[in-house]
Amino acid sequence: MQDLEKIDTRFFSAEREAHLDVVGETVPRVDARSHVTGKTQFYEDMTLPGMLHLKMARSTRHHALIRKIDLKAAEKVPGFVRALTHKDVPNNWYTILRLIGVEPNDEPVLPEDRVLFAGEQIVAILADTAAAAGEAASKVKIEYKDLPAVFDVEEALKPGAPIIKPHGKNYFVYEGHHCRRIRFGDVEKGFASADHVIEHRYQSAPIEHAPTETTGCIVKPEGNGRFTIHSNTQACYFTLDNAALILGLPFNKLRVVGGTVGGGFGGKVDVIVEPIAILAAMLTGRPVKYAYSREEEMQVSSPRAAERITIKDGVMKDGRIVARKVTLYVDAGAYSRHSPYGTTKAAAHMPGPYSIPNVWVDAHCVYTNRTPSSAMRGFGVTIGDFALESQMDRIARFLKMDPVEFRMLNAYRDGDTKAHRKKAEGCALVEVMQKAAEMTGRTLPERFRKMSSLSREGI
Amino acid sequence: MSSSVVTLNVNGESREFLCRPGTTLLDALRDSLSLTAAKKGCAQGSCGTCTVLVEGRAVFACLVPVETIGSRPVETLEGLAAGEALHPLQAAFIEGFATQCGFCTSGMILAAKALLRASPDPTRADVVRAISGNVCRCTGYEAIVDAILMAAARLRKTATRKRAAE
Amino acid sequence: MAKLKGRGVSAVNYPTGMNLGGDPSQALIHATTTGSFVITLSSVDLGQGLKTVIAQIGAETLGVPFDTVWVDTADTDTGPHCMGTFASRGTHRIGNAVIMAAREARSVMLEVAAEELEVDPDDLVTDGKGAIHVKGSPEKSVAVINVALAAHFKYGKTISGRGIFMKPKSEPVPETGEMDPDSCQAHACTVAEVEVDDETGDVRVLKLTNAYEIGRAMNPALAHQQIVGGAWMGMSHALYETTEPYYPDRAHGPTNFISYLMPGPADIAEMESAIIERPAKNGPYGAKGIGEMTANSPIAAIANAIFDACGVRVETMPITPEKVLRGLDALRAGK
Repeated sequence: MQDLEKIDTRFFSAEREAHLDVVGETVPRVDARSHVTGKTQFYEDMTLPGMLHLKMARSTRHHALIRKIDLKAAEKVPGFVRALTHKDVPNNWYTILRLIGVEPNDEPVLPEDRVLFAGEQIVAILADTAAAAGEAASKVKIEYKDLPAVFDVEEALKPGAPIIKPHGKNYFVYEGHHCRRIRFGDVEKGFASADHVIEHRYQSAPIEHAPTETTGCIVKPEGNGRFTIHSNTQACYFTLDNAALILGLPFNKLRVVGGTVGGGFGGKVDVIVEPIAILAAMLTGRPVKYAYSREEEMQVSSPRAAERITIKDGVMKDGRIVARKVTLYVDAGAYSRHSPYGTTKAAAHMPGPYSIPNVWVDAHCVYTNRTPSSAMRGFGVTIGDFALESQMDRIARFLKMDPVEFRMLNAYRDGDTKAHRKKAEGCALVEVMQKAAEMTGRTLPERFRKMSSLSREGI
Repeated sequence: MSSSVVTLNVNGESREFLCRPGTTLLDALRDSLSLTAAKKGCAQGSCGTCTVLVEGRAVFACLVPVETIGSRPVETLEGLAAGEALHPLQAAFIEGFATQCGFCTSGMILAAKALLRASPDPTRADVVRAISGNVCRCTGYEAIVDAILMAAARLRKTATRKRAAE
Repeated sequence: MAKLKGRGVSAVNYPTGMNLGGDPSQALIHATTTGSFVITLSSVDLGQGLKTVIAQIGAETLGVPFDTVWVDTADTDTGPHCMGTFASRGTHRIGNAVIMAAREARSVMLEVAAEELEVDPDDLVTDGKGAIHVKGSPEKSVAVINVALAAHFKYGKTISGRGIFMKPKSEPVPETGEMDPDSCQAHACTVAEVEVDDETGDVRVLKLTNAYEIGRAMNPALAHQQIVGGAWMGMSHALYETTEPYYPDRAHGPTNFISYLMPGPADIAEMESAIIERPAKNGPYGAKGIGEMTANSPIAAIANAIFDACGVRVETMPITPEKVLRGLDALRAGK
């Protein structure tokens, strides 16, 4: 059996002293037994009599006007019950984060006159079986008029780029600005005073949560005007509140039940499947299941945003970073979802856990004609860390300094002011590096062994 | 085409149900027999969450038409424990913290069971090969491999004691 | 043709809580008349073990055995509001709400026990094993189950509690980005050892060594699950995964696990991990949260190790064999 973590109590020993009985103990998981006996109930482990299956007819175009929707062939499929379009949706426009005041409502539940990404849901087909729903959805004939599409974040921001959003801009507006800004000190002065200026660009591509369980829900009309939504959402109230607003229902008519998720990782916080499934249940009086197929989970459900990050650093011979300028683009895809928030988080994370006196960040949330991106484990930070820590390695090698020692020199300490002007506290970057050095058999020079997050000694 | 009455031997019991032509073993288990431990992660044989045993061999139930089973015994996770007593694989997964969200767990345990029946003393590489068709997104696999090896060791010990007692 | 070995390091921090705050969570606790406790939440356990950790926090605060505490989750009819499980906010926000609720329940429990034992509530301690006794006089004790029965049937009191935790929402200053984005920061350092095949561009991650600082490990085994599972996901991000292999071109998007590449059990690295703790002043028993961050430091550590091994710096994720080979070709051509 593997060795489970031992807590190394030599670090911060005075601060971590506590008499605890249960917290800190390796108790068995309360759900392990039901997992290994197959008794854990996932939302799809139930069948309700008379349940309808919902499958979507999806856009095959990246960016197009919808000229015509022909349902005749779809309606003839045995088992077809009903089709839903935007006309059926009481409040068709929303954005998930409006609950915390983010505007505008830039996403339709079902598109009205155009599609913004290949795979976008257009018509909801309800049928007695999943096979019939899928067949009918494939027989929906849609006529498109293609519009110019943008796929690259910097192309999307160039003057003359096709504007793909109704509010007139291919970016999210942060209080009148075209990006989230951090302005701390004076980076140009910093660069001017630096011994070296090192600039590099980093890029990632969209990444899927790829949970083993796809996103889905089953909605059950309770017969008393209320609807129970069995969902694998990560956020029951996010789902409930957004659905109620979209459907124009009193909030207490909806009940969201869940709590077992076959992998979340941020991929089940988008509230995509529930509102339309509830609407279908409202209109038919029958239970409705809307579950993503694996293909839909891979290409239609939102991924982690691709990011493009340029880091320009002003560096002194002795290893101090005196200025850091970061230009960051988050590829939000066709709709905002959580990206405006994630972009702010990305900006807040800069310049990384290092104390740098001059920091400049422009973090853009950019719209393109691709699958909308959204939250994923490490939201706003994971790709930033790839860029930051690759950059730190490159600077260290350029200066012919040890990569760990270089980081320890620049690591933030308690009381340092961060670029977003919050005072750092509870720092431990120095200590995790000391621990990792020890674990890999590396003896750091004494000056670095003595360093601590509690003081600037040794810098 | 109309449904027919099908009888399958599942977990040692004769189970009869109405079945449409072309129904997969997975759908039959989950929708007709209320045996929902086997999961539908992809419906195309790429994730392993639907793994069950047919004649002791691991198969992707989402790819197996019911018509091809005949009288061959089918085993699902629900049949593994004897009442309240857990199978060593189940106990090892609990003790070894080899499960997080639980969605891949049924497939993993059954793939392991098929392996241990054929190879009671597997190498680490044997275990890895046996579960290479089962995707886990949570654990990083290490704990699962360790748990299977631990269960194998315990099963061998029990078998040795049994033989010694006879 | 050679297998080139290299080592790389990466050090990161990670913020706890929904960015900028304004993400409250509530919790309710009640004792049954037979001395067990139910914590009611609308929060969701994603498999990271929230239900287990919350039961531990509840049991610790109440002073009762872990297996007498049950956590009921994810029903909006019974569970009070929770923003949800994301942003590494679960343990921190919900844990703090549960502590508040448990303190209230505990104070009623001690009041009733004090009546039964005819002492002052301040004279009492819980033994964590199901009994409450007078400090220094363990023989003067009463079982929690009897306190629960007495509370309900004799004194007409509810052993229950309510809790909420909220970090007030911070509004960023548009011009400067001044803001208060998080409640605390956890830390990690990863050292990666890789082997690069200079003929195929294949990268094999041999070992990942991870040091984490997470405030307080609520349950070391569950923290270990996050570290190991996250390191695997980080390796997967670094070397394998994307839905758009030709980004920003949308062609050839994978649609299942055969075409969406992730390392399988034969591809995993040897892993060695350790935890240190610097309790957060505002965390439940100092916990900072760990769920989201564990894929992060392995990624750059692997990228840096690849450079160390073969001199190729790949600036785009995922670092595929093709990119490594192109880099090697460029180096050989003397660029």
